[in-house]
Amino acid sequence: MKEGVQVKEGLRVKEPLRVKEQLHVKELLRRNAVPALFLCMCVLGVLISGQNIRYIAQELISRLARNWFLVLSLIIPVTAGLGLNFAIVLGAMAGQVGLIVATHCKLPGLVGLITAVVLSIPIAILLGISAGHVLNKARGREMITSMMLGFFANGLYLLVFLFMVGTVFPIDNPEIVLDTGVGLRGTIELKYCKYALDNLLRIKVLGINIPVGSFAVVIALCFGMRWLYKTKLGQELRAVGQDMGVASVAGINVDRTRVIAMVLSTVLAAIGQVIFLQNMGTINTFNSHQQIGTVAIASLLVGGASVTSATVGQGLIGTLLFQLLFIVSPAAGQRLMGNAQIGEFFRVFIGYGIIAVALLIHSWGRKSSLESASRQAMMKEEAKTTGSM
Amino acid sequence: MIDSLKQVLCKFGLPRLTIMLFLVALLVVATINHLPTSMLLGNSLVRIGMNGVMVLAMVPSVQSGAGLNFGLPIGIIAGLIGMLVVMEFRLTGFLGLAIALLVACVLGIAAGYLYGLVLNRVRGQEMMIGTYAGFSIVSGMCMFWLLAPFKNPEMIWVVGGKGLRMTLAVGDSLSGILDRFWGFTLFGVKVPTGLLLVFAVACLLMGVFFKTRLGISMRIAGANPAFAVSCGINVDKMRILGTVLSTALGAMGMVIYCQSLGYVQLYTAPLMMAFPAVAAVLIGGATARKADVLNAVLGTVLFQTLLTIALPVTRSVIEGDISEVAKTIISNGMILYALTRKEGDG
Repeated sequence: MKEGVQVKEGLRVKEPLRVKEQLHVKELLRRNAVPALFLCMCVLGVLISGQNIRYIAQELISRLARNWFLVLSLIIPVTAGLGLNFAIVLGAMAGQVGLIVATHCKLPGLVGLITAVVLSIPIAILLGISAGHVLNKARGREMITSMMLGFFANGLYLLVFLFMVGTVFPIDNPEIVLDTGVGLRGTIELKYCKYALDNLLRIKVLGINIPVGSFAVVIALCFGMRWLYKTKLGQELRAVGQDMGVASVAGINVDRTRVIAMVLSTVLAAIGQVIFLQNMGTINTFNSHQQIGTVAIASLLVGGASVTSATVGQGLIGTLLFQLLFIVSPAAGQRLMGNAQIGEFFRVFIGYGIIAVALLIHSWGRKSSLESASRQAMMKEEAKTTGSM
Repeated sequence: MIDSLKQVLCKFGLPRLTIMLFLVALLVVATINHLPTSMLLGNSLVRIGMNGVMVLAMVPSVQSGAGLNFGLPIGIIAGLIGMLVVMEFRLTGFLGLAIALLVACVLGIAAGYLYGLVLNRVRGQEMMIGTYAGFSIVSGMCMFWLLAPFKNPEMIWVVGGKGLRMTLAVGDSLSGILDRFWGFTLFGVKVPTGLLLVFAVACLLMGVFFKTRLGISMRIAGANPAFAVSCGINVDKMRILGTVLSTALGAMGMVIYCQSLGYVQLYTAPLMMAFPAVAAVLIGGATARKADVLNAVLGTVLFQTLLTIALPVTRSVIEGDISEVAKTIISNGMILYALTRKEGDG
């Protein structure tokens, strides 16, 4: 949407313009360079792939419905200065646990979904609190720590669902447990609650199915976040994100605020994963959560966000562009190189590559957040000494 | 008395102690369950030799101040290309191995230099950048493997006649060439002499290097950059040197790994290979700022023995292959532990 505005303004440059406005256009282009680049790639991809526009649109709508919520769950930690939260994987796991239990209990439709969400929220809160405390111990290296946290939690998840189900937890349900009686199946069909949210209300526009229910939830989240940033907590989150030292002097409990940011993000990710999976219809028990981190973060970055600033709009647009690229790249690879696999590898490469580039741009000669952390420690010391005097 | 004991414990490190106790417990269970201990030890020796050089690759990078090399996949890719070149031209025996090592080393140095240039610009974020640089290169190379101009019919897909296969057999004369070299059996334990010898020589060379003028300057640059500058040491250059050494060692380590495994695994196989290597050196008592050859050796021995023995032992107790899961939990948990500690700076 923003790109459209840009193009229009770009055309208008032909008319005599004051220097100030020209600068404005340049600034706008510079700021939105990443989404603009990806828009070009998407347009090229759509043209090369030669796929039916209606097919692409349908695919895109359904992908947006399932990914938007997850991507938005990343924004709060960025505001709070925690960087890109690779630990949303933890939330995704919590969501999956909820769904697996709901499927085990054969809860149908919306009841199943709501149960899954209700079950996953306490787990997500617990995971979020522990993740927040771990990240508080790793100031200045939050991102790598959150990533390792995700990998580590994945190991525990595997341990529980591959070896402890059927041995420690007496679950005897051939629909979800392997024939040997130990460990969950690799893929679990969500027989009872799949598409529950999507099917709540579907509208057909130009032959395209639109799952209004899922979009309504996303819109509710957007307004919820807008409201959050107006509250005291939201302001504190922002203050901590800008400078931990100043925030702490201003009387904000920095550690607690950061933990809250992680809890919010993890809980949102859990809900997001439930929405994601009800749209997919099956759980890839041991894989579904793993890609979430990379895909969601890459989407946010494609929208023009950075490690230190991200908005809801960037999340929405980024997901749109990234998913569009996802849809067309196999077909484009097939047309261009005679091999659909090239396109598939290409989109994985783009996912990792965009994160690498964004991190590079971010760290290229920046002042590290370590400094901010050490300044906070210094100020604390000072406050102590003056207090004791 | 208790204080000095505590000190020893602190110095030795809680995670190392835990892992050692775990290892002893596993060995006890193994002997009670009458598992073939000699075979387990033999396998452990092979795995120590296989992974040792890649773990050793962490040492120069940490010493030079560039932190733990999470970008190891860059070197690993160079090693894979070395193996592929040799297989494409059907070179065999020690000549083949030497050429594979040479190609790997040259590519590793070139890639390591570029990687080092990047790392010098992103101080403080080396680990994150390294991880995602590694991920990007591995996934980018997936496309390369599909398009690469390899012609050997044993290496490319039968259908389509283009693109390398997922897993390539190394070939009889090259597979396990180091393992068999001077190999002997002692008390039923098969000792892969050549493999262990190569690891030992690599460790020795690394140790000697850190005694030379250049090695000492590199250590100073890593330990105290400000002091190094005042001594007239070019810190940036030293960091690049450390990264180049690390990447080249990673490349050669991969060649050694492949010849011992007997297979070359392409596509997404190298994606996660940096983490066990990082974990191993941490288990050996290293931190993100301090690591020496001894840490690498000790870490490799502990970690690989644990993984080798854990599989059959747990299998005798519960069903299923728990070894991969154990590897994930231990290696990632170890890295996480190191990251949350104060010395983990960098």
